[in-house]
Amino acid sequence: MGSFAGGALPPDDVVVSALRAGDEAMFAALLDTWSRGMLRVARSYVSTDHSAEEVVQDTWLAVIDGIDAFEQRSSVKTWVFRILVNTAKKRGVRESRTLPWSTFEQDGEPGQGSFRGRGRGPGQGPGGPADPVAAWPTPEGEALAGEVRALIAEALARLPPRQRVVISLRDVEGCTSDEVCEILEISPANQRVLLHRARTAVRGLLASYYESVTQPE
Amino acid sequence: MKRFTCDELAELLTAYLEDALDQPSRAGVRAHLSCCEGCERYFDQFRATINVLGDQPPEKLSADVRDRLMSAFRERRRS
Ligand SMILES: [Zn+2]
Repeated sequence: MGSFAGGALPPDDVVVSALRAGDEAMFAALLDTWSRGMLRVARSYVSTDHSAEEVVQDTWLAVIDGIDAFEQRSSVKTWVFRILVNTAKKRGVRESRTLPWSTFEQDGEPGQGSFRGRGRGPGQGPGGPADPVAAWPTPEGEALAGEVRALIAEALARLPPRQRVVISLRDVEGCTSDEVCEILEISPANQRVLLHRARTAVRGLLASYYESVTQPE
Repeated sequence: MKRFTCDELAELLTAYLEDALDQPSRAGVRAHLSCCEGCERYFDQFRATINVLGDQPPEKLSADVRDRLMSAFRERRRS
């Protein structure tokens, strides 16, 4: 299962001139490579699968319309994902299920972590004495792997939107931190804080899950 | 080399993995991990979490949306 970050897409110059020339194979390649990540990102802002798909569709239509005027000041991928994020934000606001982006600014500020302060002594590990850091079982068998995947999906859905977008792009879809900073127009430090918060939250959920499967009550 | 408590260490793991720490901090993280079993395990779990995240099934555009987009591209290019 590859990420859309690497992949076999040719350099941007080639992509852009192919699209301008109406090369359907090239358009199909972009569609098939990036849409999965786009759906994931869209879902961080809108409430239903259907809306997410419409956001992705509208984004591609805007790309088709805009390719002639695209000035290549950013990579094609960044450009496409920025259109996506803007489209999704507007849609999310309209649905008013998602609050405006600025409401979530604080989830990127350091110093109010969900993790800190549960009385851990030195040498105990961050799990602390009352909560020893147990080794996780290696996921054997499809059943456990499937459960873990479902759990991750749920964990992602519960994250604050900004954390959700960042971790989806980075860890699920394999984007680089540079790409994420450009797409979301945030600083590397901010990106790191959001990513770290999100990972910590997901790890926490996984830890409770593993505890529940390894220690029957 | 800097010294970190377990709680401080936990907050640095993403920066450590991103190679965003200065040299004394990096050395401090390494040293702490090599002698603190709890944090070493926590770090393993942290990386395991990242791996599991990368193992999510890919999302897919439905066939009719994909078809619609392909024909939009075709039409637009022709006009
Ligand atoms: Zn420690």
